Order: sequence, then structure tokens, then C-alpha cells
Amino acid sequence: MNALLAVDVPPISHVTIWGNGPLGINKTVVIYGFATLATIVMFWLGTRRKDALVPAGLMQNTAESGVAFVRNQVIMQTMGVDGLYWLPYLTAMFFFIFFSNITEIIPAVQFPANARFAMPMVLALATWVFFIFIGVKRQGPLHYFKGALIPPGVPKALLILVVPIEFISTFLVRPFSLMVRLFANMLAGHLILVTFAVLTAALWGLQIQAIIAPFSFGLLVAMTGFEILVSFLQAFIFTILTAVYIGGAMHPEH
Amino acid sequence: MALLHLLLAQATNPDTNAGLTAIGRGIVYGGAAIGPGIGIGLVVGNAITAMARQPESAGTVRTTMFLGIAFTEALALFGFVLSFIISG
Repeated sequence: MNALLAVDVPPISHVTIWGNGPLGINKTVVIYGFATLATIVMFWLGTRRKDALVPAGLMQNTAESGVAFVRNQVIMQTMGVDGLYWLPYLTAMFFFIFFSNITEIIPAVQFPANARFAMPMVLALATWVFFIFIGVKRQGPLHYFKGALIPPGVPKALLILVVPIEFISTFLVRPFSLMVRLFANMLAGHLILVTFAVLTAALWGLQIQAIIAPFSFGLLVAMTGFEILVSFLQAFIFTILTAVYIGGAMHPEH
Repeated sequence: MALLHLLLAQATNPDTNAGLTAIGRGIVYGGAAIGPGIGIGLVVGNAITAMARQPESAGTVRTTMFLGIAFTEALALFGFVLSFIISG
């Protein structure tokens, strides 16, 4: 009966705490190393023939369509032509996040490295530093913080209420939600896959209850497909939110 | 009243802490999922209406829709993370 209700799922500490190898290298670090290498190698090989008019080969096609995707779908939609300066950073970040997410559904790895707090936090802090830096650089510190903290058209008496709210939402909640969104989405997807995999395995060993196993397995397959979409979508959303924040600091609302 | 006394006696019993923690986690995530559920429904529904009315602006609407979903979904994810943080 325990197995039927999926009570035998491993405790949550198995998902959040990992044993350390030599030099503290564990599965997460190895996956991040793979994601970094994959991003570097893809653009290294993809840009060797960049002078050729017609792109050829898997690497060049992927690299060029990836750059075009970030330029057209992310930067042009949110920052405009000014934002093309950020194209290399955003493209590299998009592919890095995507490669470290997609290991969630690769057999025998099956773990999204971004289901750990550290790297989403570093990326979110980088975004935080960038948009404040760009805002201060483009508009000057006084004008930038005045524009960010005081929305236009608010009565003076309300400012005592509005300014703290704007401060919290712009400078505290933005990086925090950016980090939590990526981390929690990947952790939730991983937990769903673990739950259905463990449930299928537990039901398989039983007698009459094994009838339910195909349904559980079917949902596992469907969820695996869904997680491909989520891996891509989270990388896209992280990139586009970074672009929106930097673009908002570049072009103040008058 | 008798039920209240029984509940209080149960609540102060350390053996029931694990069960109460589990209930609390369920309530936290369930409560946090209500608002974002409605919100994402509104965002996507209106985005589909906009795309149906003006198919030529579908690209812009889709990008903005994902942005809206991301902002709305953050609240549910706060609840998801909070439900792990709660301990008995």
C-alpha cells in the first residue's frame, strides 16, 4: 500500500544534498562543466567558417540560428537596436542555461544542474549588477534612482508608501524572483520525474496493483516531453527578463 | 469545544509534529498556487484573444505573454520553495 501511494519516494534530502568527490566535485559541477564546454565548443566550431556566405554543418547552423533567435526574439523585442551590445552575453547565457537544464532528460544523467541554488543565484546577481550599473552609467546615479523609485504622477503624500515598495520590488525582489524562478522550475520538474519513475518501479514489483503501472509510465513519458519544453522556456525567460531589466535601465520612462 | 481540546492536545504532542508539518506544507503550496493559476489563465486567455484579432502581431504578443507568465508564476514558485523551507 505504501508503494501504491508513492510514500516510498526517497526523502527530500536525497535531492538537495549531494555527496562530494575529490575537491568537492559532484554531479552538479560535472554538468556545469559540460554546459560550459558545450557552449564554447558549439560557437568555436560554428564560427570557424563565418566568412562563408552559406552556412553548412550542424554546428554552424545551430550557432547561427541561436544568435538570430536571441537577436530577433529577445533583444529586438525588448531593448531595440541599442541592446545589440548585449548580444554575446545573452546568447552565451541562453545556451549555458539551456545546456545545464537539458541534462534533466538525458538518460543516465537525468539531473538539471540548475536545480541547485548556486548558479541561478550567480546569474541573477550578474543581471542585478548589470542593470544597476547600466542605469547609473546611462542616466547618472541621481536621475536613475529617482526614476526607479518615484513613479510619475504619484501624489506627494503617498511617496512615503510608494518609495519603499518600489525599492523592494526593483532592487530586492527582481534578482530573488529571477533566481527562484529558474531554480524552482527545474527542481519541481525533477521531482515530478522522480515521483513517477519511483512509482512505476514500485508498482512493477506488485501483483494486482501493477495494472496501474502503464498509466504511471505513460505520464512519466509525457512529463519528460514537457520538461524539454520547460528547459528551453526557462532559459528563454531568464534571458528575456535580463534583457527587459537592462533595457528598462537604458531607456527611462519619461 | 471538546474537539478543540482534542486538537490542542494533539497539537502539543510532539509525535504529531511531522503530520502537522506535512499539512502545513500542503496548505502553503496549495494556497500559493490559487492566485497564479487564475493569473496565468487571464494572461494566456487575453493573449490568445489578441492573437486571434491581430494575427500579424502574434510574435510580439507571444513574447509579452511569456513575460507575463514568468512574472505571475514567480508567486507560485515562492510558495513551492517555502513549502520545503517549513520544518517541524
